[in-house]
Parts: sequence; C-alpha cells; structure tokens
Amino acid sequence: MRRRLAGIAFLGLLALTAAACGSGGGGSQQQPTAAGPVTITMWTRAATQAQSERLVKAYNSSHKNQVKLTVIPTDNYQPRIAAAAGAKQLPDVFAADVIFVPNYTSQGLFMDLTDRINALPFKDKLAPSHMKLGTLDSKLYTLPHTLDLSVWFWNKDLYTKAGLDPEKGPKSLKEFAEQATAVQDKLGKDGKVHGTFFGGNCGGCYVFTFWPSVWAAGGQVMNPEGTTSLNDQKAMNDVFAIWRGLYDKKVTGPTAKEEQGPTWTGFFPKGEIGVMPMPSTTLGTMPPDMKIGVTPIAGPDGGESTFVGGDSIGVSSTSKNADAAWDFISWTVGDDAQVEVMAKNKDVLARTDLASNKYSAEDPRVVLINSLVAKGQTPYALRFGQTFNDPQGPWLRLAREAVFGDAAKVPQLNAEVTKSLQQQ
Amino acid sequence: MSLTLGKPRGRAAHSAPPVRWRGRRVQGWLYAMPTAVIVAVLFIAPLILVVWMSLNKWPLLGQATFNAPGNYAKIPSNPLFYDAVLFTLKYTAITTVLLSAVALGLALLVQERRPGVGFFRTAFFLPGAVGFAAAALLFYGMLNNDFGPIDPMLRAIGVIDEPIKWIGTPNMALFSTIALVLWRFAGFNMLILLTGLQAIPTEVYEAARSDGANRWQVFTKITLPLLRPTLALMLILSVTGSLLAFDQFFIFTNGGPDNSTTTMVMVVYRDAFFRFDLGGAAALSVVLLVALVGLNTLMMRRLR
Repeated sequence: MRRRLAGIAFLGLLALTAAACGSGGGGSQQQPTAAGPVTITMWTRAATQAQSERLVKAYNSSHKNQVKLTVIPTDNYQPRIAAAAGAKQLPDVFAADVIFVPNYTSQGLFMDLTDRINALPFKDKLAPSHMKLGTLDSKLYTLPHTLDLSVWFWNKDLYTKAGLDPEKGPKSLKEFAEQATAVQDKLGKDGKVHGTFFGGNCGGCYVFTFWPSVWAAGGQVMNPEGTTSLNDQKAMNDVFAIWRGLYDKKVTGPTAKEEQGPTWTGFFPKGEIGVMPMPSTTLGTMPPDMKIGVTPIAGPDGGESTFVGGDSIGVSSTSKNADAAWDFISWTVGDDAQVEVMAKNKDVLARTDLASNKYSAEDPRVVLINSLVAKGQTPYALRFGQTFNDPQGPWLRLAREAVFGDAAKVPQLNAEVTKSLQQQ
Repeated sequence: MSLTLGKPRGRAAHSAPPVRWRGRRVQGWLYAMPTAVIVAVLFIAPLILVVWMSLNKWPLLGQATFNAPGNYAKIPSNPLFYDAVLFTLKYTAITTVLLSAVALGLALLVQERRPGVGFFRTAFFLPGAVGFAAAALLFYGMLNNDFGPIDPMLRAIGVIDEPIKWIGTPNMALFSTIALVLWRFAGFNMLILLTGLQAIPTEVYEAARSDGANRWQVFTKITLPLLRPTLALMLILSVTGSLLAFDQFFIFTNGGPDNSTTTMVMVVYRDAFFRFDLGGAAALSVVLLVALVGLNTLMMRRLR
C-alpha cells in the first residue's frame, strides 16, 4: 500500500510540475511464462541509439526471447529514468550514460549482478572505466554497453583548400587553434565554413571535449572521490583561454555560444568545419566519401587523452524478467556481438581482449581510437549529472563565464561546483 | 398562516425529512458523486501526498524518512530560487499586460458581425489549436540561427545585416518567448473576451449613444465596466498560467542563457528529476501552490 501511495504521490508531483515529458514509452513488465519466449523492455538514449539498435536487432533475429527497445532523447533521458523509477515503471533493462551510473546505483535503480558478472569467463577484460563506475561497495551492477571517446576530427578536403597538410592533424591544443584559424582565414569569408565548433551552451559537451586537454597536460578536474572541483586551476584555465581566443576571433561557428547540445555534432558531417572535437561513435555515421582524419585530444602543449564516455547497461531493480534480461545483456558483451555487431561498424569495443580483430585492422583510425581507451579517463562523481550536465547546474555557468564572459568569476563559480558535488 | 405552517415543517425537516426529500437528497449526492470522486482521486489525494512527501526525505526507490521541516528550511539556500521567483513574476507581469491588451484589441476588432469577420476570428484563434509544446518547437525551429527561415527572410528584404540571436541573450530569450505565448494564447483569450462583449446588451450602447457619449466614453464607461467579470476570468487564467510557466521555457530556451529564463516550475522539475530530491521538489511545489492560491484569492477579491 505504501508503495502504491508513493506512486500516486509521485504522479501528483508530476501534475504539479506540469512536466512536459509527453506520454511514457512504456515500462511494461511482462510476467515470465513457464514455456513461451519472453519479451523484455529496454531503454536507451538517442546519443547511442545506433549501437543499441544494432545489438537489439541482432539479438532478436537469433533468439526466441525478444527485446523491445525505446529510444529517448538524450537531454530528457535522466528525467525520464527518474520519473519511471519513482513510479516503479522502469524497463527490464536500461542503458545509462556511464557517468550517471554511480548515482543510479546508489539510488538502487540497478539490480545486483555480482555473481552473474563474476561467472563470465572474460570478466577481467571488460572496459575498466565502465566497470569501475558500475561498482558500489564491491558489488557489480552494470556491464559496458557502448564506448564513446572524444577525439579530434579534421576535414582533409578543407585542410587541402586552406593550404594545410591534409595528413597532419594537430598534436597540441595550440596547433589545433592555429589550424582552425587557418581554415577560418582562408575559407571562412562567405560564412559557410568555420575553423572549429563546440557546444557552448551545453555542460556535457564541455566536459567531453575540454577536459581531455586538461588530462593530457597532466592536470585534473576533480579529486578522485568526485567531491572537490579543480576547474579553477591553471590546467583548466589554460584550456579555457585558448577556446576563448578562438571564439573572440570568430574562428568558431557563430552559433557556438547558443549551441545547447542536440545539434553540436551536426556541422562537421556537412563539411562546414575544419577541425573539432567529436564523439568516436559518429565515425561510422560520417558520409562515406568524406575524408576525415582522427587524432587524440591534446593539451595546450601536447600529450594525449580522451574522455571515455558511453553507456553502461544493467537490469533494473524492479524487473520481473531478470533471467531474460541477463541473457540479453551478457550476450551483448560476448564475442559474437562484440565483433560481428560492434567492431563491424567501427565501434569501440566493450572488451579489451577483442580490441584487435578482423575488422579493426581495416581502418587505422579505429585502431587509434581503441588504443585510447587505456589513456583516457572517466571522471567519477556521485553528483555528476546535476553538477555538470544539468543546464541549470553550476558547471555550465562556470564554463560560459570562462569562455564568453567574465573569467574572474571562475573561482567563485568553482566553489559552487564543489558545493553541488558535495550535496547530500 | 404561513408562519404557523412553516415552523413545524422546518422542524420536521431537521429531525426526520419526508421520504420524498430524502430520496432527492440521495439523488443529489449521486449526481455530484462522479465529480467528487474525480476531485478526490485526482486532486485532493495527490495534494495530501505531495504535502506528505514534502515532509520527508524521499528517495527514488526505497523507504522515505521523516525530516520536516528540512525540505522547507533549505529552500532559501537553493541557488536558483530567488532568481527564478523574480523572473517568474517579471514574466507573469509582462505577459499578462501584453496578453490582455492584445486579446482585448482583437476581441474589439472582431466583435461585430460583418462580412468576413468569421475568417478573422478563426485565423486569430487557430494558433490556440496547436499544442503548446509543438508551438514552442515550431518557434525554436523558425528562430534558430542555424536553420531557421526567419533570419534569411529578414536579411533578404534588408531589415537586418547580422543574424538576430533570438534566444542568445536574456532579454531576447524572454521577449521571443513572450512573442510565442502571445501568438499561441491571444486568440483563446480573445474568444473569452468576445463572449463577455457579446453578453453586453445592445440597449446599453444605444442608450449611451443617444445620451451623446463618444466612442472613448462608451469604451471606458460601458464596455470595460460590464466586461469586468470576463476580464477577471481572463486575468486569473493568464496569471495562473504564467506563474506555472514551464513548457515554453523548457523547450524553447532550456532556461537559458545562463539561467536567465529559469522559472519556478523549472526549479521544481530540476530538483525532482535532475537532483532526485523529491522531497525538496515537493516542498517547492507546496510553496508555489500556496502562493498561487493566495494571489488568486487576492485578485478575485479586487476584481469582484
């Protein structure tokens, strides 16, 4: 009864907040039947839709059990999960941005899979950063689902036209700025082509594309516990300053300051951008005739790093189909799915032991991206989403002041970031 | 006679009503029952539970723990709270004034039956048939600097040289949103005022004119005073709607730039669904509800 009351109360809160989420995508939980095949429900976010769809399609065509996938817009994913959890309407399986996983785990949203995961023969070969963030109090809750690394893409055709060497991408953030400026100066007159681009009104975009430059320079953005922000320190300020210079000199597209996130990766494939940070998952979706160079993100003076992002996947704690759900998610990290579904489409693999396979060797860029998994970082913080991704969170204020506004406000805003990280 | 007869009848009604009366009373209850059940289930029960939620630390899953008045005490330290209150009030004031003026103007334009007036009434009302979220998305697309058609059109006819950042600065974001709200709601409010205008008897106008009143005098001494109840209804709807503003800002501006268009309900939404602080969000909802009821009571008294 108490649970039902909680559900009604939650609906009441929904009504009061007039949440414009639209109708639910369905978290229906079918009762397992003794004989017949089971259909389990799965949610994923739009950012990693392609990978999830391919995996689900391959699973459905080779198994009696079926997976019904619902894709939710990336920006709305966290609120939708929260609303569904509050109403006990979570799907059987859901993928989540790996940086949100510690929070979801601490809220009890995922089922404890320790014994099942420990029984996997390749348990120690699963992507380490994803496994670390899916572990709480020595219990394992999630498996890696997709790996999405931030790298720099450069457009070789535009480089040639701008008089740059099309085979030589930037090796430092300063070189990146020089090359972007060259493209802008030579080709940017008509306002169609721009040197570079970034999501200037999108907290998640900043962490994904700017932080690797800090790590590459040997700096840190938070303490290991994820409770103190170090974003007012020199390493971060140097990175902000270079990007600020690019914006001030109008080397970035004019809408970079307003870009809220949904369309930030849309300009590069149109051939409008010289060089910019991009998610590795988009490599497989680029126009086939486009000549793209890929290089690791570097610090102001060199080094290399990446933000190892992507999704983890787990069984929801309210699922009634745990066995069928586990059958599916454990299949997704098996040899077949990893090589024939993920590697075949140039995706980064969830298992380090399969990094070199029959497909990866075909494209040296894929080999490069796979090799970065070990050099990159996935920051850990319990309050990551509300601090760094939320458009009303303190990090976006800080980043925007640093790049477009009054950089002197950074220390004070950094204290706000720390406060948000420490919220009980 | 009537007194002597009336007394025992009245007493009888208090002690034991005739069967026919009791039947009617039951009938009355039965008629009211569906509405009462709907109000109880969909309004009163959630309301009580939201108040209860606001007195507890309420996790997404698992047991709630009583922590009153913790959720209320921490409201003032919410970094977004004061700015959101101020912005919501500012938005409400501007929207209500502009919406009333535009709706009244439109209603006066189309109040008389003339050839073609039906077309204009329909045209003014039509945006009201578009879902609000869809309208917000429509404006987002139309005014988008990357692919929206408005900027190139204005540039082609030489009105502007540089693209206008429709949602790029706090003021532009606010006024673009107000333009959206006016477009979407002016027709609906016009319809409300139109019913009020048409309820004013023509004899009153005729009498005023035969007394030598000019157009302005007719408007200020006849139309406005007799329209007062309808205006009150429109104002209450507009103020309530504006104080609870969410969709337009959530979709169109995302609360930005730099939190400049973050409304009260967006703060509630953020607390509940980004910070997972359901108790805190419930407390904010309760505060908002109390403020809303208070304001509406005040307005009803003043406008009665």
